Amino acid sequence: MTREIALRRPPISPAVVVLGGLFVLGLVAAIIRYVNGLGAITNLNDNTAWGLWISFDLLCGVALASGAFITASMVHLFGGERFRPLLRPAILTGFLGYLLVILALMVDLGRPDRIWHLIIFWNTDSVMFEVGWCVMLYTLVLALEFSPLVFERLGLVAPRRLIHALIIPLAIAGATLSTLHQSSLGSLFVILPEELHKIWFTPLLPLMFWLTAVAVGPAMVILESTISSRVFQRGLHLDLLGDLAKVIPFVLAAYIAVKFGDLAGSGELDLLVDWDLESGLFWLEIIGFVALPMVLFSLRAVRESSGWLLFSALLVIGGVILSRFAVSLIALGRPEFAASYVPHPLELAVTIGVVAAGVAAFALVARYLPLFVEAAPSTAAE
Amino acid sequence: MARVAMLFDAFRCTGCRGCQVACKQWNDLPAEVTHNTGSYQNPPRVSSDTWLLMQFREVEREDGGLTWAFRRYACMHCLEPACVSACPVGALYKTEEGPVLHHNNRCIGCRYCMLACPFEVPTFQWDKGLFEGPQIKKCDFCVDRLSAGMEPACVQTCPAGALMFGDRDELIAVAEARIQEHPERYVNHIYGKDEAGGTSLLYISPVPFQQLGMPKLGSAPIQKDAEDIMQKATPAVLVGMLVGLSGLYWVVKRRQEMMGKNGGSGTQGDREA
Repeated sequence: MTREIALRRPPISPAVVVLGGLFVLGLVAAIIRYVNGLGAITNLNDNTAWGLWISFDLLCGVALASGAFITASMVHLFGGERFRPLLRPAILTGFLGYLLVILALMVDLGRPDRIWHLIIFWNTDSVMFEVGWCVMLYTLVLALEFSPLVFERLGLVAPRRLIHALIIPLAIAGATLSTLHQSSLGSLFVILPEELHKIWFTPLLPLMFWLTAVAVGPAMVILESTISSRVFQRGLHLDLLGDLAKVIPFVLAAYIAVKFGDLAGSGELDLLVDWDLESGLFWLEIIGFVALPMVLFSLRAVRESSGWLLFSALLVIGGVILSRFAVSLIALGRPEFAASYVPHPLELAVTIGVVAAGVAAFALVARYLPLFVEAAPSTAAE
Repeated sequence: MARVAMLFDAFRCTGCRGCQVACKQWNDLPAEVTHNTGSYQNPPRVSSDTWLLMQFREVEREDGGLTWAFRRYACMHCLEPACVSACPVGALYKTEEGPVLHHNNRCIGCRYCMLACPFEVPTFQWDKGLFEGPQIKKCDFCVDRLSAGMEPACVQTCPAGALMFGDRDELIAVAEARIQEHPERYVNHIYGKDEAGGTSLLYISPVPFQQLGMPKLGSAPIQKDAEDIMQKATPAVLVGMLVGLSGLYWVVKRRQEMMGKNGGSGTQGDREA
């Protein structure tokens, strides 16, 4: 048996009203876009075909949803049963993350009504093909992994048992699809050897995107646990979060090794002392958002302090956001047209609306579904 | 139809822009509202309403004076097109005859082709809403004229003989002959013969091609690494992860069962949850 933890907050709080308002604002912007075209609410044009929505909503959204597969792998595959109390919120964060990615894509795609074409028209040479399939399949996996919360609330025993029986294959599929998906988002930019600045371009982009996604997974679990423990006034599994964080320094160290190894291998290390925008971004990421959290997370004192844990997690998250923007927007020059792109306010409104919808959905699920559970000594009798 | 191609001779080009107008006329493309950018060139780039654009550049001559350099800016109809490789739904395709075409009914509007094209050619209809159905637009080599046995509109209209339509190998021979006959007129290079795996558009020029505005490209198709990732790395990772994770799960489970037996405690029941 699992024991549900009661929450003390009322369902409709001022925060939910604000979040709802932001969502409606984003929705209005999206409607204008559907009627008048992408040009009406974005600063996208033929020089800058991808902007804020791809960089943040898609690339960062997917990366920041990686806590789900990391935690599920720890609990189900790597024998980390003790991390179970972190699992449901992590799955929910990942599930909502993917739903929001799809929501944002439905605004960004030129023909969202044809998104199902991905299923019937195949081009297996296209990285975008892999991205599309991974979004579809992994969202399905996350929905199944999340579904027990709904079945429990509704008292449906049979479907709950079915998911329970499938949980290991689901975890394996989830980790596989996540690995493919996280890396393929990096592969998207491997087709731009001329346009992407040499410091940032490498055929190893998929490996780099995957490593940073693995590092940011535990960081997101820390962020989401810390916030919900404060908002819902419930305890924080500091010991578990500290344990989970132990993996981060190793992953970040591997990332640094790949970064420098790649530049050394292609003889481009000298670009790092050009002190231009791209090299500045590189050092900012490596020192401030990779090396610093790597050192912090390897300190016991940091892992035992909720404040330091949160700060270090925010550094990792910030680093991932920085690297995604660097690759997809900042270091991406079009040789023919030096395009300067700043998102339109309504583009920003859509992104804010999408994030607001996610936060509100998390709060609603926390209120109405058995999200926070503590593992009883033995769950075998379930 | 043999593998069709087009030769653009920037030395012969007078910058009259007749090709640009003929393209608009044949394809029924509306005029664009543009702004003066301090040059005869207009508009600034190819767009959904302008599939062919003559770009004007002032280039310094060897004797210190200035000269115009005209670049024909439109789809290069690559032999191994990055846009075709990038399109997730196969909306873009390379025909056996040569033209790279866009099958609009498939397109989902992801605009990855626009990113992938090293020549920045595919364009999008930014002002069309969901009900009008925005499309990707670019030069289609006048494929409708070709199938009726005619030359592309731009070639037919060119008064200076700067554009030539024909078989790709024959046009390469023509280009080589022109360079050989007048080495003082041309840079000794046929752009498009090898660039990015070769293109159906072949350019010869009196000024270095980068000054003409052409991107510096190697002879390998730019999508080579991406295709390697898709064709080799991705299947390997897929199978490796499925097998590896299943094996790891089995090993961890076995070890925990052994430890449970040895330790005699009942904690291994947790694993079942």
